[in-house]
Amino acid sequence: MGEIVLEQVTKSFGDVTVIPPLDLTIEDGEFTVFVGPSGCGKSTLLRLIAGLEDVTSGAIRIDGRESSTIPPAKRGLAMVFQSYALYPHMTVRKNIAFPLRMSKMSKAEQDKRVEQAASVLNLTDYLDRRPGQLSGGQRQRVAIGRAIVREPAAFLFDEPLSNLDAALRVGMRLEISELHNRLKTTMIYVTHDQVEAMTMADKIVVLRSGHIEQVGSPLELYRNPRNLFVAGFIGSPKMNLIEGAEAARHNARTIGIRPEHITVSAEEGQWSGLVGVAEHLGSDTFFHVHDTGLAETITVRADGEVSFKHGDRIYLTPRTEFMHRFDEQGLRLP
Amino acid sequence: MSTKASRFSARLMLAPAVILLLAWMLVPLTMTLIFSFQRFLPLRGGFQGWVGFENYIRFVNSSAFWPAVQTTIIIVGGVLLITVILGILLAILLDQPIWGQGVVRIMVIAPFFVMPTVTGLVWKNMFMDPNNGLLAYLWRFFGGDPVVWLSDVPVFSIILIVSWQWLPFATLILLTAIQSLDSDQIEAAEMDGAGTLSRFWHIILPHLSRAITIVILIQTIFLLAIFAKIFVTTQGSFGTRTLTYLIFQRVLESQNVGLGSAGGIYAVILANIFALFLMRIVGKNLDR
Repeated sequence: MGEIVLEQVTKSFGDVTVIPPLDLTIEDGEFTVFVGPSGCGKSTLLRLIAGLEDVTSGAIRIDGRESSTIPPAKRGLAMVFQSYALYPHMTVRKNIAFPLRMSKMSKAEQDKRVEQAASVLNLTDYLDRRPGQLSGGQRQRVAIGRAIVREPAAFLFDEPLSNLDAALRVGMRLEISELHNRLKTTMIYVTHDQVEAMTMADKIVVLRSGHIEQVGSPLELYRNPRNLFVAGFIGSPKMNLIEGAEAARHNARTIGIRPEHITVSAEEGQWSGLVGVAEHLGSDTFFHVHDTGLAETITVRADGEVSFKHGDRIYLTPRTEFMHRFDEQGLRLP
Repeated sequence: MSTKASRFSARLMLAPAVILLLAWMLVPLTMTLIFSFQRFLPLRGGFQGWVGFENYIRFVNSSAFWPAVQTTIIIVGGVLLITVILGILLAILLDQPIWGQGVVRIMVIAPFFVMPTVTGLVWKNMFMDPNNGLLAYLWRFFGGDPVVWLSDVPVFSIILIVSWQWLPFATLILLTAIQSLDSDQIEAAEMDGAGTLSRFWHIILPHLSRAITIVILIQTIFLLAIFAKIFVTTQGSFGTRTLTYLIFQRVLESQNVGLGSAGGIYAVILANIFALFLMRIVGKNLDR
């Protein structure tokens, strides 16, 4: 069980308001991702839920129980830190058992749970090592193990993968998703990486300077971004945002079209331009096209086999059914 | 620094420093060794022949030897105990965010800059004097009889004075160690249900263990040689005669250089045994 409800939660540090009044409901068993650029207040929000920071006003209800004044340990939440925060002088076994030891659980039960968590996380062979002797991915798993054994109402992850190299990050991403499917426990995951958000989340919460910009499933956010910020933040590479005469032609202040929704041709199209940088990923190629008559450089995605060179003239046609229109305030037009 | 020529020139340039250091250490040590096998009384004609190990046997068999060793151990142990425990507590206190932190930290270090002789005299005359001392006033204020510190509880007084001087050193090293503790670890422990005491015991103290061994190691080396504070306060009377002080008395008060030198060699051996033990403990701690 782990439904978390935030009601009119605010947080200020002195005169600086980090979180203006904010309402959010996280359903039981949901994998929720807080995503936003650095400094948007996502980590602060997580720490408020964890109890590591006090709310300035408002209520946090965990399973219906008002928790904003309860100390962190009593909230029944477990947290995985960006730095892993393992205890360097303890073996892996003692690290994982630490929360159980603190709750005065019997030694036998402690051992049982540690063994269980270790086998889930493939750590059985490393139980007697110290964190210093483990690789980054293994340390991450120990940190998760320390969270699992407590059988918390919800897991809180604070950018847990940002210290890992790219290959390991993809692997751990799968493992955490796998873990969520198995445990069916509420998870709140903070990241600045929209790829992590898109691939893992049931629900994404996009934050900017403490405000919730949009809440929704990954595809909802991808298909119907509520405003320019979300449109620009979700999706990789970024959506092309075009202003000026071209936008006015569509009765909007700004129009947005994703690189994957533009057809590329060597012969004809709506816009013509010169190929600048071409990024070959193998499966796809991204062309940065300039001199199209638009103020902005346009990014387009083409099949990996399409080979234009720097300086080639190409023709682009946006697929209007996927075009997004935004008004003066940056809000989406229907 | 890997070609033959550069290695050779490196050795050449290091040589003067190494030779100077060796000479600085070896000459006095060798002279002490030579004196320790002689009967050498400066006021009665100086050299009076070789005596083998007689000085060594006399030094150990003198009634002052074992009490001196005991006093040394009590003083060193007492000071270590006080400075480490209070040092940890003070370090934790100074780590808290307070107004005027910088100034407070500098003030805390101040006693360490006071010369040992001055420290001894200040404590003797300003604090511990049974008539005019500050502590005497304090005792009288509460209606007590002033303690005659230096003759009633002389060893404790010495420990107090030395601790006062060395506490800043311990505090400073432990403070930097505490500041290097990852705050995530404390927060993780908090989430894991560890209370203030558990956090101290399971997280902070183990984190400090390395710094504590370093404090103990460095302090022991210096504390074995305390002299000035004893010289200006009790002059080694009332059971405050440490090994160092005993050697001083043998050489300068009894004018028996041979006997004092033998004591000096004992002190060297004792210090090395200590150092060996501590190095092994530190080495073990530094492995992690």
